[in-house]
Amino acid sequence: MIVSEIVDALGLTVAAGAQGLEREITGGYASDLLSCVMAGAAAGNLWVTLQAHPNVVAVADLLGLAGVIVAEGTAADEATLSRAEERGVPILLAKETTYTIVARLVGQGIAGNDPARGA
Amino acid sequence: MTLGRQETAEEPGSDRLPTNLTKVQELVYELKVEQVMTRDVITCSPDATMAELKEVLRVNRVSGVPIIEDGQMIGMISVESLIRALEQGEAQARIRDKMTTRVQAVRADDTLAGAVALFARFRYGRFPVVDAEGQLVGIITQGDIVRGLLKQFETLWHSEEIRRYRASHIFEDIESEQTTLILRYRVLPRDFVRGGEASSKVKRALDRLGAHPQTIRRISVATYEAETNIMIHTEGGQIIVEARPEEIKVIALDDGPGIPDVEQAMQPGYSTAPDWIRELGFGAGMGLSNIKSCTDRMSLTSTVGVGTRLEMIFDLTQGRH
Repeated sequence: MIVSEIVDALGLTVAAGAQGLEREITGGYASDLLSCVMAGAAAGNLWVTLQAHPNVVAVADLLGLAGVIVAEGTAADEATLSRAEERGVPILLAKETTYTIVARLVGQGIAGNDPARGA
Repeated sequence: MTLGRQETAEEPGSDRLPTNLTKVQELVYELKVEQVMTRDVITCSPDATMAELKEVLRVNRVSGVPIIEDGQMIGMISVESLIRALEQGEAQARIRDKMTTRVQAVRADDTLAGAVALFARFRYGRFPVVDAEGQLVGIITQGDIVRGLLKQFETLWHSEEIRRYRASHIFEDIESEQTTLILRYRVLPRDFVRGGEASSKVKRALDRLGAHPQTIRRISVATYEAETNIMIHTEGGQIIVEARPEEIKVIALDDGPGIPDVEQAMQPGYSTAPDWIRELGFGAGMGLSNIKSCTDRMSLTSTVGVGTRLEMIFDLTQGRH
């Protein structure tokens, strides 16, 4: 599944980085702590967070993430958006909470990176 | 895996395309009409007949030509006008009576974006190109635009390939007992807007040097954490990368204030970051433990009031990338 399909399915607003909308999504990750994202998110993941400052773009770019979903209607500042545009990192805005977004991503078949657990 | 060209072959190219798409938009504004237009323009005299025009179009495989009289462009005629004339049995009519005299031309120094807009607005297949004095200097079709963009793309792609090729051969091309490439980046205190820039540059440099993607990821994560620490906790410092074919060493240096208890600082979750920093998602106390898990060896020495030196070593010869 590619980023633009998730944008359509979840009704997200593309605030910057539209060049990256064709990226293939490998999974999902949610956290507001940048170091946790650095340690836990994998290349091609969609990252759900409340953070919207320029370092979010740095983290997403360094890890090669598919895109960033900014939850709860947080406004991304100009520096973040221009940097995201420059690096081609999609910044997707959502009104819903992180919890709801993650649930809807799972509903679209986007899984976390945790090793699968037997029932 | 070591640094060198043998690894460039397996570079995944998947993340190239998005940057290329914006490149098209950039190029449309960068390239000038004169860079892509056809300079050898086939023209006709207004006194030629439509039958003669048919031969000109057929022989030169073009679908329209400017009409020139006394060195001045006085009109354009296209294959559509020719077909209409032939249908009406007017093969012997003069071009002068059938041509379009209200010619829409494009300036040679216009950007391609300007030409693209003209093609969208008027439905002509071609536009004559004129210089500042209004003299005909070329002709442009949509095919010329596409070819021009593709050519420019190829040039750009080649120059990146050449850069990679040169960089990845540096260790073979330069002979010495021990060749080390040293990269140095300054990190400014509390510069959140540019935070992560040094790590991004390190990442790109390693990519060009032909490092394995997994190695690049480990080094990027560790360098980012070290850069963030300098940015948040110190009065500024630098990141120094020493690259050798078998090992990469990243050194993060700062001028204080220093860490009072290094052992405590290494504990996952321990952080001295103030609340406002934590609200930005930094200061989780995971930085140093992230660094530890990404490096093959690390050493952290610090003197309060003097500064901190963090050395991170990535072994490129072992199985782990």
